[in-house]
Amino acid sequence: MVFLHGFETQLLLGAASTVQLAAAALALGTLLGACGCSLRLSRRRPLRAVGHAYIASMRGVPDLLIVFAAFFGGSWALGTVSGGTVDLNPFVAGTIALALSFGAYVAEIARGALASVPKTQREAARTLGLSRWRALCCVIFPQAARAALAPFGNQTIVLLKQTSIVSIVGCDELMRKAAEAAGATREPFTMYLAAACIYLVLTSLLSIGLAWAEGRVLRLDAR
Amino acid sequence: MWMGPSYAQGIHRVATEGSYPPWSFRDTDGVLRGWDVDIANALCERMKLRCEIVAQDWDGIIPGLLARKYDLIVASMAITEQRRQRVAFSSKYKETISRFIAKKGTPADVSPAALKGKVIGVQRGSIQAAYLAQIYRQSDLKFYDTAQAAELDLVAGRVDYILGNMVTYHVGFLKTPAAGAFAFTGPNLTGGLLGEGNAIAVRKDDTELLARVNAALDALRADGTYDRITAKYFPFKLM
Amino acid sequence: MFDLSLLGIVMPALLKSAILTLQLTTAVVLGGAVIALPVALATNASLSPVRAMAQAYILFFRGTPALVQLFLLYHGPGQFDVVRASWLWPILRDPVWCVVGALSLNSAAYAGKTFGAALAAVPRTTREAARTLGLKRRQAFWLIDVPLALRTALPALGNDVILTCKATSLASTVTLLELTGTARLLSSETYAPVEVFAGAGAVYLALNYTLMVGLRRFEARLHHPH
Repeated sequence: MVFLHGFETQLLLGAASTVQLAAAALALGTLLGACGCSLRLSRRRPLRAVGHAYIASMRGVPDLLIVFAAFFGGSWALGTVSGGTVDLNPFVAGTIALALSFGAYVAEIARGALASVPKTQREAARTLGLSRWRALCCVIFPQAARAALAPFGNQTIVLLKQTSIVSIVGCDELMRKAAEAAGATREPFTMYLAAACIYLVLTSLLSIGLAWAEGRVLRLDAR
Repeated sequence: MWMGPSYAQGIHRVATEGSYPPWSFRDTDGVLRGWDVDIANALCERMKLRCEIVAQDWDGIIPGLLARKYDLIVASMAITEQRRQRVAFSSKYKETISRFIAKKGTPADVSPAALKGKVIGVQRGSIQAAYLAQIYRQSDLKFYDTAQAAELDLVAGRVDYILGNMVTYHVGFLKTPAAGAFAFTGPNLTGGLLGEGNAIAVRKDDTELLARVNAALDALRADGTYDRITAKYFPFKLM
Repeated sequence: MFDLSLLGIVMPALLKSAILTLQLTTAVVLGGAVIALPVALATNASLSPVRAMAQAYILFFRGTPALVQLFLLYHGPGQFDVVRASWLWPILRDPVWCVVGALSLNSAAYAGKTFGAALAAVPRTTREAARTLGLKRRQAFWLIDVPLALRTALPALGNDVILTCKATSLASTVTLLELTGTARLLSSETYAPVEVFAGAGAVYLALNYTLMVGLRRFEARLHHPH
């Protein structure tokens, strides 16, 4: 690929970072989403309010702002603690920010999925004598998970694309590598188009994987 | 063993950065060279001291001084209030000079009135940004993440002027092929919001050493050694 | 620790910059709508090359980050002197048009797909009923199909407006001083990122909440026009 002027390796390294960033944010974000959802569905009002506040604020504010807040706010916090100027690792700041945002959407997806399980299921579990916990884990959750799969998968694709935003605070993922290559070669169109193609491949692979997973779940259902 | 200042043994250690050309860098043989290195050597000669120049990463350069690993820092360090609280600075030995760059042939008048309505690019958070925001209120200011982003938009024609560190431009942007159609315009700008300049740092209790450094600096500038060293690296004066 | 007085000082500047955010949002929603209609029609076209083009467009703009699309439009022309000499340059030179263009194209890919699916979902019976009433195909399309499809697609399209409002924050990466850009500038000037970004976040929340309430009211009116 001579038109990439030797930057192919850099771009691919950037793509690897992008996937790492997305995976880290996915893991942390799913955890946050589970917490957010349980807060939101809690019996206690203050906990419900916290959950609601978290979800509403993350969904109402742009991801870029959350990334800046995490990066500059985090750096400032570290700086006041250590007494010097510290820059929070952009990868860490990016992961936290993306996870916070992703988690809010996951919480909503989980809430919607749980709500979509018919009440009759819960009643049937109770008549069968299952404890509340067993009913949740063996009857409600599996059905909710099936309902949540498609939206969760879609949100993961969104997450993968949103990793590009972390380049603005200096994280060395695909977007940043493309920007550096564009600066070095003075061919921004070529480099950004190459980055776009790589993103396209990544999201397409993810979409195909998602469709396969959905297909398998449907087949399980039909059994 | 009692950790006295290294000059108790007759040798003064001087720290410089070592990876900041043309101020301090290692040549192909690993020897420290650069403007700061030359100035340090000239100073030590004036002060009649035996000196050893060492390289130190920027993050640890002040802590190293305070830990008595060396006695002087000659590394183009900018004078700031924050640093003043931890070290003592000599008198200024280099100005922080800012200058506008525009298309070749642009008139040299860069007063705020002349640049009214023009688009000026600058790096967000830099001293130049603070200066422009205060003085050039009637210009269309564009703030960029990096100095390079501003340079790119100058070449693209989105901004008419950029303002930044003159020396950095000289060894950086103006040496690139894309900068062929652009040149410095207007005078050197220094002082006030544009920075207090660079100075040499010593420990706060080393008052005698500081006095000797200041005297030597004055001597270097008076007899032309300072300008001679500068001329080795740049076609313009630094002070 | 949280400097409330500083927040009070920066708030007016943040609120003022929110105007640009709203202007950009409006422009992108309108621009996106204009582009989305032909895209929606093309997804249901009978000619397969037309359908393929629409799907390729949707695939590209949905499969790549908006930031890449914006940078392609903003930084891309810098590579080609011929573009800079052409009539396109005065438009592409202005970051506002780059942002509106890129985000409209992006938004239209989503809206086009949603609206196209909604159009395809209009029941055949409705179309047949229209024909029996003597309406020509084109009249039936605009008077019956489109409004019905709009009503189905409205929740998703409404959500798109909020996403667009958030997406305008990308304009800060190309020198525009909308809400996020102003927040970044203020943060670098005041060395108080926590207060400034909290303030900006609050303004975004207020904006999006207002948008959401307005959209819900609009949806309700559509369902109960009397």
